[in-house]
Amino acid sequence: MRNKLKSFILAGAATAALLPGAASADVEIEYWQYFFDARVEAMEQLIASFEEENPDITVTMTHFPYADYRTKVAAAIPAGEGPDVVQLFYGWLNDYIEASLIQPLPTDAFDPAVIDAEFFPMVGAMKKDGQYYALPTAVRSLALFYNERILEDAGVEPPTTLEELVEVAKATTERDGAGNITQVGFTTGMTAQDHHWFREVLIRQFGGEPYLDDYRTVNYDTEAGRAALDYYTGLQSEHGVTVEGFMDEPQAAFRAGRAAMHIDGSFRVGSLADQRGLRWGVTELPAGPDGTQSNYSSYWVNAITTKAEGEKFDAAVKFMQFITSDDAMQLWLDVVGELPAKPSVGMTDENVNDEVFGPFIRGLEYAHTTTFANESSQRQVLVDMVSRINIGGQDAGESLSEAAAAEQAILDEYYAD
Amino acid sequence: MFRYRDLTIRQKQIVWAWIFLAVPVLFYTVIRFYPTGNAVLISFQDWNLLGSRTWTGLDNYVKLVNDPVFWKVFANTFLYLIIGTPVSLLISFVVAYHLDKLRFGHSFIRMLYFLPFMTSAVAMAWVWRWFYQGVPIGLFNNMLASVGIEQIAFLNSTTNALPAVLAPAVWAGLGFQIIIFMAGLRSIPQSYYEAARIDGVSWWTVLWEITLPLLRPTIVFIVVFSSIGFLRIFDHVFNMTTNNPGGPLNSTKPLVLMIYDTAFNSFDMGYAAAQTVVLFTILLIVSLIQLWLLRADR
Repeated sequence: MRNKLKSFILAGAATAALLPGAASADVEIEYWQYFFDARVEAMEQLIASFEEENPDITVTMTHFPYADYRTKVAAAIPAGEGPDVVQLFYGWLNDYIEASLIQPLPTDAFDPAVIDAEFFPMVGAMKKDGQYYALPTAVRSLALFYNERILEDAGVEPPTTLEELVEVAKATTERDGAGNITQVGFTTGMTAQDHHWFREVLIRQFGGEPYLDDYRTVNYDTEAGRAALDYYTGLQSEHGVTVEGFMDEPQAAFRAGRAAMHIDGSFRVGSLADQRGLRWGVTELPAGPDGTQSNYSSYWVNAITTKAEGEKFDAAVKFMQFITSDDAMQLWLDVVGELPAKPSVGMTDENVNDEVFGPFIRGLEYAHTTTFANESSQRQVLVDMVSRINIGGQDAGESLSEAAAAEQAILDEYYAD
Repeated sequence: MFRYRDLTIRQKQIVWAWIFLAVPVLFYTVIRFYPTGNAVLISFQDWNLLGSRTWTGLDNYVKLVNDPVFWKVFANTFLYLIIGTPVSLLISFVVAYHLDKLRFGHSFIRMLYFLPFMTSAVAMAWVWRWFYQGVPIGLFNNMLASVGIEQIAFLNSTTNALPAVLAPAVWAGLGFQIIIFMAGLRSIPQSYYEAARIDGVSWWTVLWEITLPLLRPTIVFIVVFSSIGFLRIFDHVFNMTTNNPGGPLNSTKPLVLMIYDTAFNSFDMGYAAAQTVVLFTILLIVSLIQLWLLRADR
């Protein structure tokens, strides 16, 4: 054992002597992300090829369950522990900057003008005072999933407009003898992705602008907002093609083949791909009455923490450059199914025409990214808005005003200091 | 100068007592008292987990008093208590009373009743959540639909949701309460019952005059124990309403879920700490009442 160790050390010393520039000792940096199987696997592959390119840098990846993620990051960095490069949700950027957990990316390696030109426009939200603080490897957007078998049986084509959506949903809804819905034409549920669809897509399609003043002022208590809400709740109350909470969760209904159509994010592709007996397709979100197309995009970013200094900082910069490179983005798409953050990678013919990812990638071109103060509270506002109408029987206009006021209160409190 | 051998035997005993006590005292200070004290401190501060803490005085408590959701949640918490405790007490007593008289298959049936108590609340909540779904998957609604009765919105209703969530929580706690009741029933001396039988007293009088009065310590224990349990209800509610925690429209949200939500979704630690202080106060009052009721001289 001792001999083995000795020869190992000798071998290491010999290699170090042979390598040019190895006079500076090996650097070890830490990378943290939350646990999601495919993401961890993709990052392992990226780290392996990064270390091959940079033999003097070792990257250690640590991952946690999503629930503990923020707490651990917050506790570790101020204590001088934890990650040199960290993954965070785009909506957390302000909190992280204010708490001095992350530092700006150096402009020589990450030229803001180049990033502005090369990345999809929504990434601009990561720029503060002319400097980028964080960059995504991949982004996510929404699309309409449809059950091919159900649509074929009903003899209808996937819809391209909101009007067609209603017609296709009517043709594919099934009821039992007592009138209970046993198969929905279209899934609804504000608790899933519908609140994004409502905010950034429906309101804009009915001629509105959901927020003003850089997402600090709620602006949907308007005619457009009302029209969007009436369309949304009308799917259940007027057309009877859906039931809120049908089979507990929209994605469950779709997976079980009990829903003809379902709006969801690109991250759902992985779990649908291995569902046996389900034939499904994806198409772009239906266009609005005047042909307006819109989409919602969100993303996770990587940033360099304030803990990284000196040679660790240099190594962290190299690692950041590597994981935001074109190759990394393509790998992320292939392994995780999340979309490249640069049009140059995303909008290749192969990707745009991909049967599954094409609709999501095409959606990125006209996607909007909501700047949330508190995503779960802001979602809750819309969940409650629809509940008040569906369960409480409240007037839609009143409920909409109440929701707008409640969300404004959340924003005001967040931006107060 | 302090020398151990100069101490009297009594003093040596005290020294050793404290040496042994030091371990639990230290443990409690670090694991219990320090976080409790810290929580009280945070309740007067503003802290989002990431930044520095700033003092805000009574702001968090003022916000709490003016928050309509807090009062809704406060009422829900007591609804869980007021419905849950008597119902579970009554059912567990009736079951224990009859199980006590049963000879055939006694331990097997007792085991069946105890089983839910050993089951994970999370697993149980998810199974019940499935029971409560609408047609075509929900067990209860499928049964109703098959005999032509209209579906009941168990969870997706502001009036039915709270009892629906409470039902499995009551059921889960039954096993434990039944065991305690049976132990209480067994500890009543048989001679009282024999005397009653010789006097030819009715079944009702035996129950009312002998069994129940002698079960008082057992009943007080179960009432307090289950009260604290219902006041702290969380896992059943959270798991049955994960998509819309405490919903719809906050109709099932208990105080602990609001604390969790404020702390780990809104990252408003100060406000969450203020809520925990309120919960702590409520639990303290309940416990003090317990101590008062359990006093020997009453």
